[in-house]
This record gives sequence, C-alpha cells and structure tokens, in this order.
Amino acid sequence: MLSIKNLQVNIGDKQILHGINLQVNPGEVHAIMGPNGSGKSTLAGTLAGRADCEVTTGEVELLGHDLLKMSIEDRAAQGVFLGMQNPVEIPGVNNTYFLRTALNNIRKKNNQPEIDAFDFINLIKEKAGFLGLDEAFLSRAVNDGFSGGEKKRNEILQMLILEPKLMVLDEIDSGLDVDALQAVAAGVNSLRSSERSVLLVTHYQRLLNYIVPDYVHILYQGKIIASGNKELALRVEKEGYAKITKDNFQ
Amino acid sequence: MAADNTKNNLEQTLAKDYKHGFVTDIAADAFLPGLSENVIRLLSEKKNEPEFMLEWRLQAYRHWLTMTPPTWAHIKYAPIDYQDIIYYSAPKSNENQPKNLSEVDPKLLETYKKLGIPLNEHAKLAGVAVDAIFDSVSVATTFKDKLTAVGIIFCPFSEAVRDYPDLVKKYLGSVVSTKDNFFAALNAAVFSDGSFIYIPKGVRCPLELSTYFRINAAQIGQFERTLIIADDDSYVSYLEGCSAPMRAEHQLHAAVVELVALDRAQIKYSTVQNWYPGDKEGKGGIYNFVTKRGICKGVNSKIAWTQIETGSAITWKYPSVILAGDNAVGEFYSVALTANYQQADTGTKMIHLGKNTRSTIISKGISAGHAQNTYRGLVKVASQAANARNYSQCDSLLFGDQCGAHTFPTLKVANSTAQVEHEASTSKINAEQLFYCRQRGITEEDAIAMIVNGFCKTVFQELPLEFAVEANKLIRVNLEGAVG
Repeated sequence: MLSIKNLQVNIGDKQILHGINLQVNPGEVHAIMGPNGSGKSTLAGTLAGRADCEVTTGEVELLGHDLLKMSIEDRAAQGVFLGMQNPVEIPGVNNTYFLRTALNNIRKKNNQPEIDAFDFINLIKEKAGFLGLDEAFLSRAVNDGFSGGEKKRNEILQMLILEPKLMVLDEIDSGLDVDALQAVAAGVNSLRSSERSVLLVTHYQRLLNYIVPDYVHILYQGKIIASGNKELALRVEKEGYAKITKDNFQ
Repeated sequence: MAADNTKNNLEQTLAKDYKHGFVTDIAADAFLPGLSENVIRLLSEKKNEPEFMLEWRLQAYRHWLTMTPPTWAHIKYAPIDYQDIIYYSAPKSNENQPKNLSEVDPKLLETYKKLGIPLNEHAKLAGVAVDAIFDSVSVATTFKDKLTAVGIIFCPFSEAVRDYPDLVKKYLGSVVSTKDNFFAALNAAVFSDGSFIYIPKGVRCPLELSTYFRINAAQIGQFERTLIIADDDSYVSYLEGCSAPMRAEHQLHAAVVELVALDRAQIKYSTVQNWYPGDKEGKGGIYNFVTKRGICKGVNSKIAWTQIETGSAITWKYPSVILAGDNAVGEFYSVALTANYQQADTGTKMIHLGKNTRSTIISKGISAGHAQNTYRGLVKVASQAANARNYSQCDSLLFGDQCGAHTFPTLKVANSTAQVEHEASTSKINAEQLFYCRQRGITEEDAIAMIVNGFCKTVFQELPLEFAVEANKLIRVNLEGAVG
C-alpha cells in the first residue's frame, strides 16, 4: 500500500523528518506515536501534500505510484485521506454540498459516474446516523461553529463517504470524550478491510484500545526509533516516552 | 514549485476573454462628440420631448457647468474630456419605433440572444419582462400587454415622458435632484433613455421586471435614467444587467436611478453589473459612475438593493435609502469583485428619518490582482427617528498581496434610542481552507469558487433564483485561477 524510503522533510529552514522508512501493507493498521514536536503531523501532512512540508530526499510510493509527484487532489483521488487535528471552518459552504462535490470530483477522476443529489442524501444520512450525528448537522456550514467533537466526527463522516484506501488520522482522538471516541473508533473500524490501511498518529495509547493496531512505531526527533506490536504502546503508557527514547536513541 | 504553477495559472486565466466583449455591426444615427445647450436641444427634439423636459435638462446643464467632479472617492483616473464624448447614438433601424418584436431589427435581437437575454417572450426567461436598451435608446420591451392588463406601466423613459407626463413631472428628480452631484447633474442634462415603471395601488407585479443595458458604439457615453414608483400596497422586483464591447478607450456610463415606495409598498432592486472591466493591464473598461437612491416615502414601506458588481474599470456607486415613512425598512446587499486593475468605491447610505425605521447593510468585497476595493457607507439617524435600528456587516476577501480593501463606515446618530451595530472583517483567501478542500479531492478552481460563494452567500440568496445562478457563474469566471 504505502512504502516510505529515507524520507527527509523540511519546514522552512528546519529539518523535521530525518529519514523515515516505513512499509504499510494492505489491511494493516499502523500507529505512529511520539512526544510533541517529534514530526508526527509533518509526516501526515507530507503524505497529503501540504505545501509547507518540503521533501528534500526520499521516496514515497502509494500502490506503486510516486505519491510525491501528485497534486493534493490527485492524492485524494488515489485514496489518501487525511483526518485532521484541527479541521478548518468554511463559512457559507453547506456540509452536504461540500462532501458531494468532493465525492463526485473523486469519482470523476476514477472514471466512475457521479452520484446524484437524492442518492447522496440517503447515503450521507445513513453514515451520519451511524456516527450519532443528527440531520441538522448535515445542512450546517463545513465545520462552522462545530464543537471539537463534532469536527472530529465530521472528519470520520467524510471518510466513510469517500472510502479511501489509505486513512491517515492525525490525532483524531484529541479532545474527545469517551462517547465521541467510541463513535470515531467505530467509524474507522467499519472501514477496516484487506484493501485498506490505516496510519494512526497519536500521543496516547487510549485510542489504541478502540482501534487496535498491527504495528506501533515511536517517532522521536524526526526518526522512527522503535517499532513493535501493540505491546509497545502499552510500554509507552507505563514508562513514558523519556525511558523509551533513552533506550533507543543515541 | 506549486506556488509558481498557481501564479502562471492565475495570469493566464485572468487574461481570459471577457465573454460579452463583441461589437454588433449596425448602422447608427449618432451625434458628433461634444456637449452644449444646442446638443441638449437637439437631443430633446430627437426624442419629441415636451417643453418641460427640455427646460429641466437645461437648468441641470447650467448647474452642471458650475460643478467639479467629486474627488473624495478612493479611485484614480485621468480627467474625462466631456467634449470628446458622443451623447446620442441609436441604431438606424430603430427610427420607426417598432411596435412589436417582429418589427425589431434581427441584428438587435441576435445581440441580446448572444448575451443570454432572449427577447422572445416564449424563451427561457419567460417569467421576466425585459426592456432592452441599446446605446442611447430602448429597442424592445417585452410582456407589455400582460403588464398593462393589471395597470402596470413598464416602458422606455422617453415614452413615459410623452405618455405619462404627470407622473414623470411629479417624481422625476424627487429623489435625486438635478443638483445632487456632478454625475447626476450631467445625467439629468443628457440622459437619453432608461426604464419607467409604475405599479398601481394594491398590485403585486406578476413578473420580474428587468432592463438590460448594452453599450455598443465606440466613444459614446451611456446616460440612462430609471424611475420606479410603487404605489400603496404594491410590490415589484426589478433587475438590471449590463455589458459592453472590449475597447482600449474608457467609456463613461453615468446613470441615475430613483425609487419611490409609498405606503406599505415594497421594491426589490437587483443589479448584476458586468460592464467591460478593461484588460489585464488596466487598459480600457467602463467608468461606471452611478447615482442610485430610493425613498421609503410611505409608512411600512420597504426598499432592498442587491448588487453584484463584477465589471467596470471603475465603479462609483452608493445605492441608498431614505427611510422617511415610519416603520420603513431599507436593505443593501452587495458583492463587489475587483480583479486586475479594477477599482470599486461602493457602498450605501441609510438615512433614518421616520420612527422605528430599520436598515441592514451586508457588503462583501473581493479583491484580486492589483485591484482596489472600497466600502463606503453612511448610517444617519435623525433626531426625530426614535427607535431606529441598523445592522452593518462589511467583509473583505483578498487574493494575493498586491490588492487593497478599504472600509469607510460613517455613523451619524442624533437620537439616543437608536441601535446601530457594525461588524467588519478582512481575510485572505485561506490557504488552509484550500488545502482542506483539495485534500478531499476538490480541484483548486472548484475549491475557490466554493469558498468565495460561501463568502457571498448571504448576498446571493437575496437575488431572484435565476440570477443567483448567473451571479455564481460570473464570480467564478472572474476569479478563475485567482490565487497567487
């Protein structure tokens, strides 16, 4: 699915990622953990094509295609979805209209027929219901005046509609109460399949109780310094990052 | 790299052709350039005007000679040579004043068809009656019979002067006097045509009324005059559109619009302004210097202005409402879009005279390229206007760092029971919003259109439905690739 080789990334003049290597196979869930400032969000942003993440060295392939050469919207059409930590508000743009435009743009690029407004309404109502969002939510402007929990659920709603191949979720658990966390996790889990992969970026082990990863990687100062299974996340929780970074980083 | 591409894209798309820039090749009966009392006499004679009209023009002209152009607006242009303008030009084929559409020159019908304004009554705009103004004259007015049946007068101004002199005498200049300002005085002296509308007591106009202004001939100035009178308990929705050929020289369009709403009457006046804006270096384009004002004369009356200003090299206009009747309501909704070297200085005046009068101002300015976009507004509450209320909101959206947005709101409140609120914001087109849209698979162009439409939404929803769609498209065409 995703193959990252020696990825080095600058933001401005500062090098943030110092050579990331990562292989994600179809169907796998990988968690990227690390303390603040370790480069987790930069990695997520680089995959989505954020303009300020400047790749200086390295390769990234998505399903055999050079991801770094693609525009932001082409990456989305190829199945990359970035669930954001702080989704931006777009006043005056209807949530349903926004999402239908997105879906149809992606379908068009993949030579699929566009979905009409009536079919779409049924689809989005079903998915919103699954996440515990009421219908009024669908006619509000994108993220405008949403609570933190609503924004995160909206991200997951979009993901359920767009059905991406690679789900990159950047601290999708931050600021969520238990109910919201469960709803978000249920959304992600419902999409897990042998054709899709998940890259979960998080500070905390808590999320991994709900979305159980196949692999856990510790990112520190722009490098993956330890990889393991879910036990590694439990160790982080028990011992803290300091101990693990001391053991693994020189 | 991505930023460079976007910039090239911007330059290419802003250089795009103006879609309505063609010229109709048609024989014209035109004056020589120049302005004098004789020219005005000739014009009045040409239009078979009664004596009172000529006198009115002449006193306006004499006053105009004593005036100087206003300099307070945030706009720059070389002085206009008023002797170099042609004050009258009409298609020769229009001389016999066609009685119905079948007598109208096919070239003219074709022109309006090309502009998307079919004058055929069975065509797409079947719910809209259109008065088509070509250079200095009205060439066709549709649905006259249907409107006459309910007592509505909708006709070219020149016809109204001859056929309804009493109404014209009573209301002409009653809202915008001949001495109001430099361009209004000039218009009063030389106006050649326009639309006249009278809605009788208790009548709700069954159609949208509309005027389409087309400048075709080179070097002419278009000076039209529109007067709308809504009698007690009546309602009318009116829309004007406009366009002009692409020319390297600037052309002047100085119009006056007067609205009168009597007791409980409502007038909704919408404008989609798409005059030629000039090329990407700022060469050519229309100077759109316009005075628009309405008076809510009667109790519980209402006037709402909605304007979508996307064209013209320079726009100078302040559609205003005098809230004279008690409980009157004035509204102003505006989207002004300036790109390349366009300049707009626009806004409104809400003059509260009656008790419990209310006004709302929503202004959205969008600037790209080297454009300058100014909101200028006045909210005045007179001492007798107890419990007056105003809400103003002025938002600006900027593309790139070469353009400017300016806001000059003025408040003059002489009654302590007034409630006046003003909100303003200026933002750049938000890179994070664009990234978000694109990450979801939406192309950059679609994303910009979506964000800008979201920004303009509160104004667009005030437009009649058919035109809201047009406005959306117009904004999109004008902004394609406008992210630098």
